[in-house]
Amino acid sequence: MGFSGLLREIGEYTWEIPRDPARGMRVPGVIFGDRGLLEKSDTDNALQQVVNVACLPGIVKASLAMPDIHWGYGFPIGGVAATAVEEGVVSPGGVGYDISCGVRLIKTSLSRGDVRKRLERLLDMLEAGIPKGLGSSGRISLERREIEALLTGGARELLRLGIGWEEDLDRMEEGGCYPGADPGKVSERAMKRGRNQLGTLGSGNHFIEIQVVDRAGGAAERLGLYEGQVVVMVHSGSRGLGHQVCADYIEVMGAALSGYGYEPPDRQLVCAPIRSPEGRDYLAAMACAANFAMCNREAMTHWVREAFERAFGSGTRKLGMELLYDVSHNLAKIEEHHVGEKKTPLLVHRKGATRSFPGNRPEVADIFEETGQPVIIPGDMGSCSFVLVGTEESLQKSFGSTCHGAGRAMSRKAAKKRIRGDRLKERLEEEGILVRAGHLPGLAEEAPEAYKDVEEIVKICEGAGLSRRIARTRPIAVLKG
Amino acid sequence: MNCARGMMSLVLDPESVRLLERIEIKAAGRDMESLLVSWLEEILYRVEAGGTVFGEFGIEGIEGTVASGWGWGEPLDPRKHDIRLEIKAPTYHMLELKEGEGRWTARIIFDV
Repeated sequence: MGFSGLLREIGEYTWEIPRDPARGMRVPGVIFGDRGLLEKSDTDNALQQVVNVACLPGIVKASLAMPDIHWGYGFPIGGVAATAVEEGVVSPGGVGYDISCGVRLIKTSLSRGDVRKRLERLLDMLEAGIPKGLGSSGRISLERREIEALLTGGARELLRLGIGWEEDLDRMEEGGCYPGADPGKVSERAMKRGRNQLGTLGSGNHFIEIQVVDRAGGAAERLGLYEGQVVVMVHSGSRGLGHQVCADYIEVMGAALSGYGYEPPDRQLVCAPIRSPEGRDYLAAMACAANFAMCNREAMTHWVREAFERAFGSGTRKLGMELLYDVSHNLAKIEEHHVGEKKTPLLVHRKGATRSFPGNRPEVADIFEETGQPVIIPGDMGSCSFVLVGTEESLQKSFGSTCHGAGRAMSRKAAKKRIRGDRLKERLEEEGILVRAGHLPGLAEEAPEAYKDVEEIVKICEGAGLSRRIARTRPIAVLKG
Repeated sequence: MNCARGMMSLVLDPESVRLLERIEIKAAGRDMESLLVSWLEEILYRVEAGGTVFGEFGIEGIEGTVASGWGWGEPLDPRKHDIRLEIKAPTYHMLELKEGEGRWTARIIFDV
């Protein structure tokens, strides 16, 4: 019997794998989803990973999985695990290689009609202005002291280089600066990988999309979102710097593991006590990578604004290009949560999961006090994406976490076998979605049919109380890495 | 050697790379699995930070869990080398390394 056979329905859209000490589980597994989603092909492998995560020392309450759960490395993608700061562990696998990979949404005051005739030109400008990845040089080459300042100070430091807006900072998690960063804990190799990559998109599932809001309700108006409005979504992460930090600390923790007397069920799930030298060093390096990722998205935002300015011959402030919010969906953060009656500091690992806090949390800027923190959920390039807001209920159920996207339904290999990039591009353009892609076969890997239905995922999140939908957007132009 | 070539073939067409430069590559691991991961990371680092792409690799020797070898390649030229994708890292996920009939076979999954 596979793991799906062990699932017990314990609430609306909520399933449990009961704690089984024989498997080494310290807590149960809890999966948010419906029967249809859980019956998808690779769920069993992902559920095995939920069980593996439940074995981590110091894990509290449950090993959680969001509705977009799929098979990852070590942790499932869509996995959330909170470990007690005093006696628990930190696992780089619970954050992932692309540390602080995330999404942001930039608003405009333009309507679909305003951009129709200039869309092609706008997309050309975005393509020319935003370097993608390997083989394209970043627009900024950083001196050693500059990169160290960014890694320590985050997006505020970027303002000193003339990039970004002061008011963007309140619209980023941690105000654009993840605390505790120490560049001394980032390897020379990671520094060199990141040196020329600030403001670069990367490849894989990273993108910039011009979208139109096609549904808006609830707190949307208060957040400045309305139907027919053009918005821009940016999805990228910490590039080579973050990838190297993860790889470095998987080795460091792998070497130190036996000293802590823990044998992980999966080598990709190495970990170290949060209070150990290895744990502290990883968190200091991870914070640097998170700051780099936020700076990376902020730099691209700057160039998106520049492209709009040139295409419309109008200032970006006049074009209303304010940042709605920037979220990370691969990160570990120390947060206080209720465990039983007691408020306890926990390290919440979110791997392919988004923080979904209500407005009364100290981490959320005052401007979102009444609405809750915006949560941005990218869909696939042929359908839609969503803006949600955080809820009080998510604090009780998922340490204030929700989904991060549609989640893959088909492997990259299977997608490439079934779908041709050039035909997909034609098909999307017939549907009115302009596409620019660095590599057409790579585009096939990101085809709409390779993903689960994002609408279904966010509906389950809402049904389970993890977040609340306020707007839906549809892409009209896509720039892929 | 073949793992490295396989990895490069995900990034670009190794046939499009002229073998102009020989670069020494050294890697060390805690065991054979981590040696393989470390060897591939060394190459990936030279591609991403060093701007060199490779078409051929060779191993000079493996002593314990330390490998030394080389890669032949040239500077990355985006006009000439059609970049297929970026690799974030080689992973330990389902990593399999077997020795039999005088040769090693490996399965390694890359995060892309």
